[in-house]
Parts: sequence; structure tokens; C-alpha cells
Amino acid sequence: MNNAKLTNISGMSNSLRGPWTLLKKELLRFWRVAFQTVAAPVITALLYLLIFAHVLAGHVQVYNGVPYTEFLVPGLIMMSVLQNAFANSSSSLIQSKVMGNLVFVLLTPLTHFQFFAAFLCAAIIRGLVVGLCIYLVAFCFVDIHIANPLLVVAFAFLGSALLGTFGIIAGIWADRFDQMAAFQNFIIMPLSFLSGVFYSIHSLPPFWQKMSHLNPFFYMIDGFRYGFFGKGDISPLISLSVVGGAFLVLALITLKMLKSGYKLRA
Amino acid sequence: MNPAIKINGIHKSFGSLHALKGIDLTIEQGEFFALLGPNGAGKSTLISILAGLIKPTAGDISVMGFDVVNQYQQARQLLGVVPQELVFDPFFNVREMLRFQAGYFGRGKENDAWVDEILEGLGLADKAHTNMRKLSGGMKRRALIAQALAHKPPVIVLDEPTAGVDVELRQMLWEFIKKLNREGHTIILTTHYLEEAEALCSRVGMMKQGEIVALDSTANLLNKFAGKKLRLTLGDVSLPNNIQTLLRHQEKGIFTFALTDMAQIEFVLSALKAADIRVLDMHLSEADLEDVFLSLVGKAS
Repeated sequence: MNNAKLTNISGMSNSLRGPWTLLKKELLRFWRVAFQTVAAPVITALLYLLIFAHVLAGHVQVYNGVPYTEFLVPGLIMMSVLQNAFANSSSSLIQSKVMGNLVFVLLTPLTHFQFFAAFLCAAIIRGLVVGLCIYLVAFCFVDIHIANPLLVVAFAFLGSALLGTFGIIAGIWADRFDQMAAFQNFIIMPLSFLSGVFYSIHSLPPFWQKMSHLNPFFYMIDGFRYGFFGKGDISPLISLSVVGGAFLVLALITLKMLKSGYKLRA
Repeated sequence: MNPAIKINGIHKSFGSLHALKGIDLTIEQGEFFALLGPNGAGKSTLISILAGLIKPTAGDISVMGFDVVNQYQQARQLLGVVPQELVFDPFFNVREMLRFQAGYFGRGKENDAWVDEILEGLGLADKAHTNMRKLSGGMKRRALIAQALAHKPPVIVLDEPTAGVDVELRQMLWEFIKKLNREGHTIILTTHYLEEAEALCSRVGMMKQGEIVALDSTANLLNKFAGKKLRLTLGDVSLPNNIQTLLRHQEKGIFTFALTDMAQIEFVLSALKAADIRVLDMHLSEADLEDVFLSLVGKAS
């Protein structure tokens, strides 16, 4: 018997390699199908930009001195960042659950925090890659300047983290693809379309302005846009606090779900 | 030396279903152990608890001294589990999957030689760069086994590894697993193919309705429960009452009796002669694990 050799748990000293491998796998997973996960959302955002800019430019009053087409670009970028961050973690988890291959990760010594961190980072990276691509392509059509790059990065990062975390919750909770589609169609889509991507909430009736303040997507879009123009519907500090706070709450819920093994370990 | 697996009073309930009713079992390091039982006996539930996929209602399990709940990181490092379901990740090829799997356990490039050895041993070397999706069923099964071995675990659990697998692969798989066992790996196997358990395993545990009903060395179980099998071709006759109790199986005029000692052969034959029944053909053989299995769990299932 060769037990001395067998019981040498050399991997334990390298505790970062486990979560790093999971992150690498998650990144490769979306990169292998980049046509669908990166190119498609860029095309969609560009179509929105072309159509809405063509139809609404000159008809919709946003901020003073900001043309509608320019106003539209940051909103579209952020909407895509958020939707893709959500899609990355949620679709990976639901696919692995339905296919049954999540068991390969569940059998490993990865902690619940490492599991969370890997899925979260992959979602953030997918969101940022899509956002950056839309920015670069839109730059060819629209003259856009960034007033406060730090705010832009902070909101892109926190927003994708928030939606990536929400995607993990949805992926853990949903057992079937139609349940996941319900998340997309009845939560993510309405909240992102009603967040002020295509309009300034000041153009809305007072009731709907108030309702918009209950929508977390509004703070992410508005804060991100503030980074571009140096002006927005509300103070970026309020937006940053709301988004940061929401991320912390969802992250704690996700970690608690993962630690308890909710829906993953019977 | 800690046992490879120590199971203490494991209970598991799913609602009103009491799936495991206080399982106690110790498997020593280096053993080749078989866990047998009909469908629904609780084998896979027990293995899922061992692997950390299901939480026990009561009791505890340790792998080489590490508790699978409180010290799960150490326990899982030492454990390689081949799931029963034929699952795979369609995004990657075989070698990538093995590298990822080893990576989750903290292993990097230094593990590549071992990955090559697994690929070779399981006949997957020429499929290393094939996408998992494009593999045949048998090849997917091999890849599944390879994944469980990727981090070179000292304790290997195979849950029905040969279900739906052709003879060639079964032979190849068992040669490789036997080699791992000789090198010191502990092997725990659940299977429906009783002849496999008989040929490979030094000790056998049999489960029935959430309990272990027999636990002994394969040889002892065969001696204790089975004895000899007497197969007589008699044609279309009705047996005398005094030998009905020894009858195990009857099909197309062939009657199989389970005997505990040789003296019973004479008893059967004289009973047949007294009833004026002619013996057309006779075959005497050692009983196998299937007879033990049937006598313990078969009637209930």
C-alpha cells in the first residue's frame, strides 16, 4: 500500500486554484459561444440605438444641452451590462442543474464563498465585456465623452455584481427553463425598460416618477449616465448607496442559500 | 490508521419516507468493497450523503477520519465519486474537463501526468480532444469515471459504473480499477451485476429497505447462505411435497434446488425416486452471490 503518497493532500496548500479554475471554466463557457453571449447583445443595443435615435431624436427632451442620441448610449450600455451579467450566472446554473453536471462542482472541496465568488466574477466580466464592446461600437456613430470615468467604472462594476448575484439566486431557485424565462420576462425586462434607459424620469407624471424611485435599475442607469454627462435625475451618491446596499443584501442572501445547500444539496 | 469510510448510525428521511434506517459500516483502507441491494434499497442515498450531496437526518460519516459535514473540504479531497447518472458538460472536451475537475481540487499542471494515465487506462487517450457532447454513451461513461479520478483520490466510489456498458469496457474498467486498488486506493462499488461484485470484491454489504442485512467477506457470505445448487431436468412433473422447500427456481421442466450440504442431494434424489420421477439430466454447481442476494433480499423485492 502506498498510503503516505495517497494521503498527501498537496492541493490544500493552493486554496486559490479551486475557485480560479471555476472562474476560468465559467469564462470559457461564455467565450466559447461569444457570438451568442457578446456579439448578439451588442447588435441588439445598436438596433435600439439606431431605431430610437432615428424615431425620437428631436421629439424627446432629456437634460439641457444633451442630445437624445448621446443620452441614449450610456443607458443602453448599462442595460446590456445588467442583462448580460444576470444571464451569465443564471443560465450557467440552470443549464448545469438541468443537465446534471453541477454535481461535478458540488463534489469538490470548494466553499460556498468560493462558489459565489467564481460565478460572481464571471458575471461581472461578461457584463463589462459586453458593455465595453457596445461603447466601442457606439463610439463610431455617436460622439460621446466621459465626464467622470471613475463613476462609470464603479456603476458598471457594482451593477453587474448586483445582477450577477441576482442571477445566482435565480439559477439556484429555478428548476426548469420556463421558470428562468419568467425571471427574465417578468422581472429583468420590465425593470430595465422602465428604469429610464430611453427617457429621463423627469418627463414622467409625478406618480410614475415616484414609482421609478422604487426600481433599483433606475439608480444603476442614472448613476452610470451621471458618469458620462456629470448630470442626472438624482445624486450619484444616493444611487451608489442604493446599488451598493442592494448588492450587499443580495450577496448575503446568496451566501446563506449556498451555505445551507438550498435546492442544491437535498 | 483511520478507516477509509466510517458510517455511524446514518438515518435519512424524505418527508414520511424513511430511506435509511441507522446504517453502521466501516470500510478499511485498501479494501475493494461492494454495496449491493435492489432498487430503492438506499445505496445511492447513502453514497450521496458520503459525497455531501445530501444531508443526513441523523448520524455521521467520515472519510479517513474527516467528517463529511464539518470537515467537508478535507473529506472531499480524499474522495472520488462516480455519479450514477450519465451527466456531462457540453461546452468542453475530455481533457479540459479533467483539468477543470483536478483544478477544483487545487491541482494544476503537476497533475497532467496523472490525467494522461487515466486517459490511457480508460481507453480515452484518442478522445482527449473530443467534445463531451460528441462521445458515445460508453465513452461518456468512461469520461465520467475519469472525472472522479482526476484529483487522484485515495477513496473511490463507483455508483453503478457499468450500467448499460458493453463487455469490453467493463473488462477494461475493472482492470484499471483493480490496478488502482493494488496501488492502495480503496474502492467502493455499487452494482447490479452480482458476478462483478463476486469476482472483484473482498467484502460485501447488502442493503434492503434502508438497512444493511448482510455484511461479511464474499467467501463467508457464499458459505453461510448458499452452499450448492442442484439443477435437475425432470420434464413436466409435480414435485413431492417434502422437497418443495428446497426448490429455488423452476422453468420449462428444469428445477433448481438450493442445498446447504451434500447429504441433501441424496434426499432429493430418493424423494424423486419414491415419486417415480425420472431424472433426465443433472448439474451440480457452487452457489454464487446471486443466490445469497436472492435469499436475503430477493423475496421482499
